[in-house]
Amino acid sequence: MNCKSITTGSTHELDGTLFCQAYRYMLTARLLEEKLAALKRSGKIVGGVFLGRGQEALSVALGIHLRKGDVYAPLIRDQAGRLAFGEGMLDALRTYLGSALGSMRGRDGNIHRGRPREGYFAMISHLGAMVSAVSGALIARRFRGETGIVGATCIGDGGTSTGSFHEGLNLAAIEKLPLVVVVANNQYAYSTPNSRQFACDNLVDRAIGYGITGHRVIGNDLANCLEVLQKAVAAARAGAGPQLVVADLLRLIGHADHDDASYITEAQKQSPLGRDCMIVAQQFLLEKNWMSQAELDSWQKEIEVEIEATTTRVLREPAPDPQEESWIPFATSHLHSESL
Amino acid sequence: MTSITYLEAIRAAQARALEEDSRVFIYGQDVGSFGGAFKATKNLAKEFPGRVMDSPISEDAMIGMAIGAAIEGMRPIIEMQFADFSTCGLNQIVNHAATLFYRTEVPCPLVVRLPCGGTSGGGPFHSQSLEAIYAHFPGLVVMTPGTVEDAYTMLLEAINIDDPVIFCEHKFLYYHLKAEALPTMALPSNKARVTRPGRDATVVTYSAMLHESLAAAAELAHDGYEIEVVDLRSVKPLDTDTILASVARTGRLLVVSEAFPWGGVTAEVIARVTAEGFGLLDAPPQRLNARDTPVPYHPALWGTHRPTASTIASALHRLLKL
Ligand SMILES: Cc1ncc(C[n+]2csc(CCOP(=O)(O)OP(=O)(O)O)c2C)c(N)n1
Ligand SMILES: [Mg+2]
Repeated sequence: MNCKSITTGSTHELDGTLFCQAYRYMLTARLLEEKLAALKRSGKIVGGVFLGRGQEALSVALGIHLRKGDVYAPLIRDQAGRLAFGEGMLDALRTYLGSALGSMRGRDGNIHRGRPREGYFAMISHLGAMVSAVSGALIARRFRGETGIVGATCIGDGGTSTGSFHEGLNLAAIEKLPLVVVVANNQYAYSTPNSRQFACDNLVDRAIGYGITGHRVIGNDLANCLEVLQKAVAAARAGAGPQLVVADLLRLIGHADHDDASYITEAQKQSPLGRDCMIVAQQFLLEKNWMSQAELDSWQKEIEVEIEATTTRVLREPAPDPQEESWIPFATSHLHSESL
Repeated sequence: MTSITYLEAIRAAQARALEEDSRVFIYGQDVGSFGGAFKATKNLAKEFPGRVMDSPISEDAMIGMAIGAAIEGMRPIIEMQFADFSTCGLNQIVNHAATLFYRTEVPCPLVVRLPCGGTSGGGPFHSQSLEAIYAHFPGLVVMTPGTVEDAYTMLLEAINIDDPVIFCEHKFLYYHLKAEALPTMALPSNKARVTRPGRDATVVTYSAMLHESLAAAAELAHDGYEIEVVDLRSVKPLDTDTILASVARTGRLLVVSEAFPWGGVTAEVIARVTAEGFGLLDAPPQRLNARDTPVPYHPALWGTHRPTASTIASALHRLLKL
């Protein structure tokens, strides 16, 4: 039998240090994204700005359980996970602001960034495409005899409707790859509600069809996210095959900067889905006495200072220069000449 | 005085088609109550209940569904959120829709609307112009309107045509291009149009590059050159007669497109003119395309990636000296 059980997470003792570390990444992501939104409003950022407000807990819980040497392909709303995986805010700001010194050198922007050489894949826009690409990285590792490695990617509820998502997961299941796919079901794909996206009760039911393990998680509850993602990543790392993690939550902002998200219903906003994961996490760690309000406040100040300093630095960096730019999109550039 | 944008013309054409033809329906991501990512279907779901439907993010299935519905006599309009994502439905478009009539003698009347072309900050995956890819495949009509009037009349014609039509709308024109009113007369979609008459050189172009070319022609007029600008309107079928007639008047040809250079519309036009009108040419025909790299994100790179009025004007000056 290939069908695995669906877990919902148990209640073992949480690691306070990990929780606080995760919270710091979330806070950094939230504040950094507020800065990105402001930079967009003031015309410093050109093109779309796609924010993960409300999805930080889920995002960080995946990123923080990955290690150096793992493969990570974040998607649209994964600023927190990117930070936890080790990106640092410099790459984010450089990519959004188009700095020539950034990892994408102004050639690609916003969320379409990464450092594939470091196992940090740069998403393409076409949803679903990263599932098979991460699988390929895992196959390569397998050829090289490397074990104990995990590949992970994220996707939204809408992205699960693509052929790529299905083909990728099926492929990974056949190969029993150590792949973790996290689905952030924020109830909408742009304006399209779940009811126009899929007809199953819960997307986690798909795991059975692929013959992989499914997990459900409360997407705005950091404690639950850390616990379930820890379990899923560990299972993949231990050789239990692909893990599908489905989170329920709400995005607390528009699809992109131009969208007011008026299609999200008031009832949803007032429901548990609409809770802000930052507030939930903050209350939790204060209740547990892991941190004091004063410590939290000083974190916030530190982070704000770093964001301001990094922004100022990046705004002074050179833009790409079309005259200096190589217009040969090949690694084997000696085989090609620039043609107009 | 009221004015209507290119985008509103596209919406109006769809409204009229829904009104006049019960076989028409619209399917695409967020096209329903939201009115589409660009608002090309604004209010249509309300005005035509049940006939403007939100699709899942499943481009292959969206096109496949449209093909089946077309076989059964419907007239589906599929909106791709961006032209770039149509490649996820490429197989159904080029292998299924395009071949159906040839293989079975059953027509496949569907329209795939593609928001095409670059805008500042769009980057590699929200900027592409894919008309040449689709035109390559036998069986597809490919329309590339560059005016508000054409956006309206050609979309209506696309819906009426018994073949699959790839309707390339330029995102930059959506809001920037305005006309005073919707047209009452239509030039058939397979005819190119001489938008600006001239005698010193011909620019053949289409879509947003029409406007860059017209601006370049206006600039050269200051230097006393009369540049003829031909708007292809459709790239397939390609109106070779109108192109040749223009080259016969001017003797010089520059073909301009925003798409990638390899193969493509500019190459096709030049191949035809050299094969069928070699004797009309006083100079080697020239072409100007986007650069042969993915479309860059940064405005400074993007600004030199595609042709602009000033690079077109330079190319014309060179051509006039050849
Ligand atoms: C194959 C494909 N089709 C269409 C799009 C355009 N698009 C970008 S984001 C988006 C909605 C995505 O929704 P979801 O997957 O639920 O992620 P969320 O935005 O909710 O995080 C769409 C339709 C795309 N990126 N890829
Ligand atoms: Mg979603």
